[in-house]
This record gives sequence, structure tokens and C-alpha cells, in this order.
Amino acid sequence: MSLNAPNHKVCTWTLDYDNPASLATYTANGGYEALRKILSEKTPAEDIIAQVKTSALRGRGGAGFPTGLKWSFMPRAFPGDKYVVCNTDEGEPGTFKDRDILMFNPHQLIEGMIIAGYTLGAKAGYNYIHGEIFEQYESWQQALDEARTAGFLGRNILGSGWDFDLHAHHGYGAYICGEETALLESIEGKKGQPRFKPPFPASFGLYGKPTTINNTETLASIPWIMRHGGQAFLELGKPNNGGSKLFSVSGHVNKPGNYEIPLGTPFADLLEMAGGVRKGHQLKAVIPGGSSAPVLTAEAMMACTMDFDSISKAGSMLGSGAVIVMDDSVCMVKALERLSYFYFEESCGQCTPCREGTGWLYRIVHRIESGRGRPEDLDELLRIGKNIAGNTICALGEAAVGPVASFVKHFRKEFEYHIEHKRCMVGV
Amino acid sequence: MPLIEIDGQQLEVAPGATVMDAAHQAGIYIPHFCYHKKLSIAASCRMCLVEVEKAPKPLPACATPVTDGMKVMTRSPKAVTAQKGVMEFLLINHPLDCPICDQGGECQLQDIAVGYGGSASNYQEPKRVVKDKELGPLIATDMTRCIHCSRCVRFGQEIAGLMELGMPGRGEHTEVMPFLEAQVTHELSGNVIELCPVGALTSKPFRYAARSWELSRRKSVSPHDGLGANVQVHVKNGKVFRVVPQDNEAVNECWIADRDRYSYEALNSDQRLTRPMLKDGGTWREVSWQDALERVATRLAEIRASKGAAAIGGLASPHQTVEELYLFTKLLRGLGTENIDHRPAQAVDTQGQGARWLGMPVADLNNLERVLLIGATLRQEQPLIAQRLRQAVKRGAQLHVVHAADDNLLCKLAGKLIVKPSAWVNALARIAAALRDAGASVSLSTGDIQADDAARAIAASLMSGARKAVLLGAVAQNHPAANEIHALAQAIAAATGATLGFLSPAANSVGGQVVGTLPGPGGLAAAAMLGKPGVASIAAYVLLGVEPELEACDTAQARATLDGAEFVVLMSAFKTQAMDYADVLLPIAPFTETGGAFVNTEGRLQVFHGAVKPRGEARPAWKVLRVLGNLLSLGGFDYDSVEGVRADALPQGQDGIAAHLNNAAATVDLPGLNMAEGLERLGETPINQLDALTRRSAPLQATADAAAPRAWMCGDQLAGLNLNTGDAARIRQNGHEIVLPVDRDDRLAPGTVRIAAAHPLTAGLGARFGIISVEKA
Repeated sequence: MSLNAPNHKVCTWTLDYDNPASLATYTANGGYEALRKILSEKTPAEDIIAQVKTSALRGRGGAGFPTGLKWSFMPRAFPGDKYVVCNTDEGEPGTFKDRDILMFNPHQLIEGMIIAGYTLGAKAGYNYIHGEIFEQYESWQQALDEARTAGFLGRNILGSGWDFDLHAHHGYGAYICGEETALLESIEGKKGQPRFKPPFPASFGLYGKPTTINNTETLASIPWIMRHGGQAFLELGKPNNGGSKLFSVSGHVNKPGNYEIPLGTPFADLLEMAGGVRKGHQLKAVIPGGSSAPVLTAEAMMACTMDFDSISKAGSMLGSGAVIVMDDSVCMVKALERLSYFYFEESCGQCTPCREGTGWLYRIVHRIESGRGRPEDLDELLRIGKNIAGNTICALGEAAVGPVASFVKHFRKEFEYHIEHKRCMVGV
Repeated sequence: MPLIEIDGQQLEVAPGATVMDAAHQAGIYIPHFCYHKKLSIAASCRMCLVEVEKAPKPLPACATPVTDGMKVMTRSPKAVTAQKGVMEFLLINHPLDCPICDQGGECQLQDIAVGYGGSASNYQEPKRVVKDKELGPLIATDMTRCIHCSRCVRFGQEIAGLMELGMPGRGEHTEVMPFLEAQVTHELSGNVIELCPVGALTSKPFRYAARSWELSRRKSVSPHDGLGANVQVHVKNGKVFRVVPQDNEAVNECWIADRDRYSYEALNSDQRLTRPMLKDGGTWREVSWQDALERVATRLAEIRASKGAAAIGGLASPHQTVEELYLFTKLLRGLGTENIDHRPAQAVDTQGQGARWLGMPVADLNNLERVLLIGATLRQEQPLIAQRLRQAVKRGAQLHVVHAADDNLLCKLAGKLIVKPSAWVNALARIAAALRDAGASVSLSTGDIQADDAARAIAASLMSGARKAVLLGAVAQNHPAANEIHALAQAIAAATGATLGFLSPAANSVGGQVVGTLPGPGGLAAAAMLGKPGVASIAAYVLLGVEPELEACDTAQARATLDGAEFVVLMSAFKTQAMDYADVLLPIAPFTETGGAFVNTEGRLQVFHGAVKPRGEARPAWKVLRVLGNLLSLGGFDYDSVEGVRADALPQGQDGIAAHLNNAAATVDLPGLNMAEGLERLGETPINQLDALTRRSAPLQATADAAAPRAWMCGDQLAGLNLNTGDAARIRQNGHEIVLPVDRDDRLAPGTVRIAAAHPLTAGLGARFGIISVEKA
């Protein structure tokens, strides 16, 4: 496949070639054509934003915010510096798609960022890359150098008279730096802690300048949209859920990995692509969108299609597209203990409910798991969760509460069994 | 103006105001911890969550801007639930050690927990424990109590200008700590004690000394620098237990410097003079007030009779009150002498046309756009004025410095001329020449001095912008060429439309001038009185609160002169080195034990009352001077209250002060444009050696700022002298000699050797300025 013909492999088509990451592979298959066209025709920014709006491209990092709408918030006429920032701080447990885009299709992200920079009036862009991926950071740097040498970056890009450059920024592995304003603080060299909003980054972003932050997969989808039009992208998926999406399937499946499928594909199909659950086991539960998405039972999940609206209707969220599959060997108390510990450790500590509440949640779940639970603990967990959610600066508070509330809701019996019998009902 | 409704009250608020501001305006209290009016908004404690109509979640009042038509509910069920929830979270890891916590009784967490929290906690898990930090002699820590409001961290970044505390770690593991176990050394550091809403940061000297509710609070005025920071003196059982800031936006805002806060420790020191003492045949004995005062009156009368009134000299400290200085002056003039001064540190009798003052209100410093700071070791001299100028620079002011030391003022400098002290006149003349070259009208001839690039840059900056000031610091005022520096500063100010101001070195520098504690016609100024006995030598010295052996410009000479005097009487709160040379010691009350007033650097009359009774037999100096005046039959000393003295000293009170204030220089020529050859001393008063109180406060003397003096010079200078850091060096100045270790500071101008003045270890040297030699000991 290639970028030359519309197909559902929006970000992963280069894997059909021997050197998927090379500039040669990319350009030989339609890469940088969208950029070339935009620069030579001097496409007005409004037209580009209109295409992105038509495409119904929604943020691939977790929140699913319409990208075209986000771009329209940017004060493009604002004099002075503006920035485009790519969020590759893929820290959501279960997610490993953006790292593969950096690794196997770096130029499509670069082209997407350049188009974003052109559209939003930025002169520079940063890609904030997760601290725990080293090879990808270096290979993407190489791709940048290649692109710069080939004249796609730097001064007077493709003879258009327009200047733009990109920089890679290696993070240090903090989950919170995936929150866009904490990410900006981190780029600025400060401790990664979310900012209070408003002001939003579109008016006060990196170094206090208007800034647009998009996920890696989101930006990498832009060249495809500009090649084939927003309508074609929308038609890949379903209304309000345009395009294809990468799903990182992990857990108890036979073939874990990244799968790029059109939005709206039934979960059952995705599970089958991933080889189904392990032999001799039944599907028990699925976390459909990364660790902060509420867990869904097997039954609810099998009725879903993989798109923002369907999963949302089922009571969870598509999130980053990290599908964590759990079969009947999983102790839900143990699983929640692990998740709670993650949020306890990753809370930035800035605001009270999250700093104090995540520790409280973890300690109670840990106590239940270690056979020291009390009957009132379950309602207490829900009460604490309510006091965290909605009262914090950023969404980490909600993210920490999501698993607790949903695990207790859907698997309350298992928790009660733990408390009463001081051991697990799984595998008894 | 947006119209909003808050708890049913409709009000108009300023555009850009926050919900917190609006609540203040409406008289509604919203609980908060991280919010502080002087600090940036963190919005992190979440205690101030309120319900806003149409907002899906509760919003933090401190960070939410008001919009027209906004409807805010601070006590709705939704708001109360959020506040209660946050309160519960804040308490789960907070120790329940209120009974042994110094913050108990004045703790925001305690108060808000009572007002907004539940009566019991559901939390039954283990609590967090955090290791305490060693922050130095002033601030005690109990870090387990920290609620991570980050006020102390923001204070360092935004007010102090030096981030000495940070918050490393994440989540529950976040801890406030100094960098690499360093101590906190900033001169304003103690303010974090008030900022801390819990008992995590408390006063180390006050630790476990008293409960806050046992203390009576008395308003007072700090007796140290010329700002006159407003303070509260907290007392119990007739003893001062601590000093804390009293808000006054026009003077000190809500801050005080560490020396304002901790100097009270000297009040309770065993060096206090508590009974009158007489020296007979070289032996001191404690005597009654009657005997001591009669001795003073008799001896002064004898000396006046035998040698004339001009053989009597009076020197007072500029830290004494208006009333004390007024009566002191009246007494000496009554005796017939004009040898009167309150400026012990000045090298020359500075001449002008009125009382030197800041030239503008203190609060206007924050709004200056251009500042030329001449001879001010600002952070040591004026810790809080330094803070105000720092805020001005943050807003874009361009600050220029003329000094021998390029000290870090913790803000950006736009320009600087860093040259040795004898070259300051020349440096200022270069700026004046540059102004003239640029077309400004400069009233003073600067001869053939040519501008250089640095001077031209400063001149260009001063000619642009609005709201400008040329400020003269204590070092410039104590300089041997103080009159020439003054004249040039005045010419520069006039040419650029700037205000000329003096940074008053002491709490009552302006008051001393207003009441005329200055040499009269034919009289000697401090430097001459304490100089080599000559034609007009002084036989009898009346000293008030002053320690000339430390505070004089030339300490070694002052000590020799006083040693040779026929009669010396000292009124002091402390047993000073005068025990060696005085004949009578009269114990007087320090600022906490007497009423009085200071006139601060902006000409503000600040009246205060005694907070406790005088210790032992010490008496307010105004009463001592009254009795002395009567014993000498001088007339006009029949006062029965300090207010009565003040009414005579300042008949029109505050309103009469303005007429005295005038920064105009007496006309001077500029003979001293040539720089001296060789090494020169730069002798400044260290921050904690300013006066009798600061130098006797044990915690202040334990700070890094109070480290033993060294002979500092730049690296090239050291190399040229074949010396290495830490080497002992023999320092000679004007026939005097001491040995000091040398150290390197590349911020010093070539030819400059910085040796602190006003310090016991350097008092054996000559004047604060002048040629010195340094060689390996």
C-alpha cells in the first residue's frame, strides 16, 4: 500500500516495504506530496482546517477532541511566535502505537507536523518523546535530519519562502507529562506539572505563546487527509468517527500487537485479528482505551464497535486505543491493585485530592488484596473517588478513579469475596 | 465592569478580577491555603473550590476569572461537598500533633479544619512521615506537617528572587527541601514562616517557647534600616518572645527582613546593661540613678567651666527615637556646644539643604522604570527596598548600578559601572558627560572627562522612559567624596528628569536630621569629633546608643580618641566596649521597652509604644535626658510624657516633616576626579552588624550573612599579590594593622579589597575607605 491511494492503513502502510522508515520509501509512495501541493498552491489555512473538520478526525491521544475544531482555536493572526507540539509521551499503560509510528513511519509524522505548522502559523515545532523509548527517539532524530537535508525542513522549504523547523525533545518518563500543559512545562525545563486552565495552550502555551498540541497518530493522519480529502477519511470510519485508528491489543490474546482498523469495526473482529483469547479460557473483561478507561465486562464489550461513540455509550472510552484483554484467570482485585498503584505513583502531587486520594485508594485496595479488607471498604472507595474526580487541576484525578469505580461496579462480588474470605475466588 | 452575583450578593468587580478577589470585595471568606495575595496563583490546594452556575465542576476561586453575569455559590451543597472532601484529603497525612506544634492556635489548617472539615476522619491507613530538613539557624522544620501549598517555594522564586526551596518528588513523595541539603540564606527567608499555613516551617529561636494564645501582640516599628518595617512584638510575662510582620502596604507590605524578625533575641541577652554604673579608679561599680546622673552633671559642668562648651561633644545613634534625639540635641545645645551628630559612619560632614530622604513614597519604587543605584550594597542595606526594586525590574524597569562590587541583586541589571571607590566620582562624571553629549542639560562641569560606552548606555537608558530615580546608598553616603557624589547624582537626576533619593541607612536617619541632631555653626561632625585630637579636641563625650568603636567611619582612630578622652558617658541598652573607656554607663530602654517615633526614609512618622517594661533599672532615654537637663539647670526639660517631647520635637507632627525634606546638594566643585593609585578598601556595614541589637542577636550571628570577615578581592588581584584563597594576610591601613584570611570574589572591581566595617574583627583597621596594603602574613 501507499499514500497514493486511499486505504485504511493510514499510518502503517510503510510496513509493506523493506525499509519502512526511510525517506526513500516514503517519498516513492506519495510522501511529502501533500506538503508540496500545499506550498506550491499556497493553500489557505482555512481550507486545510475545513478539510480536517470534514474528516471528523478526533484526537488519538485519549480525549478524542475534534482536531479541526482544536486547530480553529489557534489565533493564527497573532503576531510573534507560535508553536506546534506533538505529544509522543505515550505513557498510558497498554498503549504502544505512537512508538511504532516514530519507528516505522517517521516521515508521515514530520509531514503532518509541517502541514500543521503551516496551517497554524508556527515557525517551530517540538515532538515530546516518552522518556523510556530511546531507539525511537534517535531514529526519529535521524528522520528529521534526512528531512532537513532534503529541504522539507528549515529555511525556504521547497523553495516556497516559508521557514519551519522541528525538534525532538526527550522526556524523562513521567506519566503526567502526557498531560499537555505538564508536557509544555517539561519542555520549558520545569517540573512536569499541569497548568491550571484557563488560559488554554491556544492562547498561552509553550513559553507563553499560542500553541497547539496534538497526538502523534493525529498529526500522522494529516498527510493522508490532505492527499485524499477529509470526506475520504471520514468515509473510512463512521460519522463523527472519521478514519482508521491504531489499537494496541495486549493481555490474554494469542497475537498481541498494533492493529490499524477503520473506526466502527466490531470488537469481535479486532479480537479475532489478535488471535482471540488464550485456548481454554473465556474472555472476562476488557479495558478498551488504556488503563484510565473504565473496565467493561466481556458481554458489554462484545456488543461494541471500536469507535468513540460506541465505547462511550457502553460506559467507557476509546481513549488512546489500548485494548487490554483479560481472561477468566484474572483476579480483578489484584488487577485493580496494580492499576491503583500506578496512579498513586504517577500523581504529580501538585493538587490535594489527587496527591492524597490516589494513595488512599491504593492503600485500601492493597489491604483488600492482602486479606485485610473490611465490608465498608467498597463504599469508601467509591466515596473517595467522588471526592477526587472533578476537583483536580488535570484529568489524572478522574483517570485514577475510573478503574476503581468501574472495577467495583462490574466485579463487586469478587471484591466482596476477597473481603469475606480473605482470598481470591479466581482459580479456587 | 463585570456584574456578578456571589452568595446572592450582586456586585461590580474590576475586569480581570478572580472569584477570590470578588469574594474579598463582598466580604465573603473562601477558605484557601495555596492562594496568597502577593504570590502567583497555583490553584493546587483546591480548598477554595466553589460552585459556579453552568460550570460542570466546582472551580477554584483563586484562579477563576469573573465574567459578566457569573453566579457564584461559595456555600452551596456542591461547594461544601468539594471543600469538605479537600479538607479530608489534607488531613489524612497530616499528623495530629497540634498539642506540640508551634503553629497551634494560629494555624490555617486548624482553623479551616474546624470551619470546613468533618469532625472525624475515615482514614485508617498508615500516615506519611517526611524527614525534617536543616535550613539553618532561623527556620525550624517539621516536614511531615507540610501540605504542599508551595507558598514557600513561590516566595523564593517571586519575592526573594532566589529559589532556595524546591519541591522535588512526585505525588505523595513530593517534599519541600533546599537544594543539595544547602541551608536557606536569603535575607528575607524568615517570611516563609508566616507564609507556611501549617507548622512545617516555624521560627527556630521561638521553638517551644510559648503558645501563640499566651502572647500579647503589640504593634511596633523595626528599629533597623530606614524603611521602618511595621512589626508586631509578641510578649508574655514582660518578655519579648518574638517579632512578626504587621501588614502595611505602603511600607513593608506583609514582609520583614530577617534582622527585623530575629534581632529581639538581643533584648534578652546577658549583655544587657540593667543598672547605672560608675568607674572610679578604673573599677566599675553599680550605683543608683541619683549617683550616676549627678556624676554626669557635675563632670560636664566642670569640663564646660574649665575648657569651654566646645570641649563637649555629643554623638547619638540614628537608631534612637525622634524624642530621644530631640532631647539629646537640646541638652548639648543647652550646654553650649555645637558638636552634635547622629551619623557615626560618615567620613565627611555631608552638606545639603535639608533632611535627606528617599525623595518619593516607598511604594512608588515598585513602579519605577529607570533606576540608577549609586553606592548601595542593597541587599545588606535595604533588604525590603531591594525586594521592591526587584519587582520593578520584573515589570521591565532598567536598573543601573555604580559600585565597586557587582553584587547579585537577584534581578537583571541593565547597566553597571563597577570601579573602585575612589573612581566613583569619575564614573558618575562619565555618565554626566554622556548625558551632555546626548543633548541633555547637565548643570555641573565635569572638566575634560569623556564618556565611554558603558556610561553612554546608562545615559541613553536614563534619558528614555518615565518614572525614574537616582538613588544613593549608605556606601555612597559614607564615602569620603560623599558631597561630590551627591552633586553629580543631583546633576544626573536633573538632566534626566529623575527623582534624587537617599536610601536612609538607619531607622531614624531622617528623624535625626529633622530634629537637628547635626553639627551647628562651628561644630564638629562625627568624623571630626572622633578624629585625631587637634585644635578643637573634645574632652567630654556624651554618647547615646552608639558604639563608635564599631560604627565610626575610622574605628581604630575613634577608639584611640575615646581612650584618651577626659570623660565619657554612654547611654546604652548594652554593656559595650565602652566599659574600657567610659566613665559612666546609663542603662536605657531599647525600642520594645519605651515609646517613641521614627521617621522613615519616605518621611513617614511612625509612632510606637513600649511593649514591655524596661529591664532591670533601665529607663527610657527621654526620661534620663530629662533628668539630666534638669540637673544641669538647662530649662525646658519639664516633660511628663513622651508625647510631650514629641510635640516639642515635631510641633506639627507628620505635617511638619515635609518642609524639612530636601535632597538638594550644597554647591560643590569637583576637585576629586582623579582616582587614587593602589589598593583601596571597600568597607560596608554587614547586614547583621547594623546596630547594637542586630550584632547581639545570637540567631542572626549564626547566619551565613554573619560569617567572619575576610579580605575579598578579584582573582587577578589575589594572583598579583601572590595570595591564594584562605591565606592569612597582613592588612595595613593608615598605620593600623590586622591579619585576615583572603578570599576571591571576581565581582569586585580591580584595586578593590572588600573588608567589612562595623565588625569587631576588623575594628582595628582605619577608615571604611582609603588606601590599604595586603601582604602574606
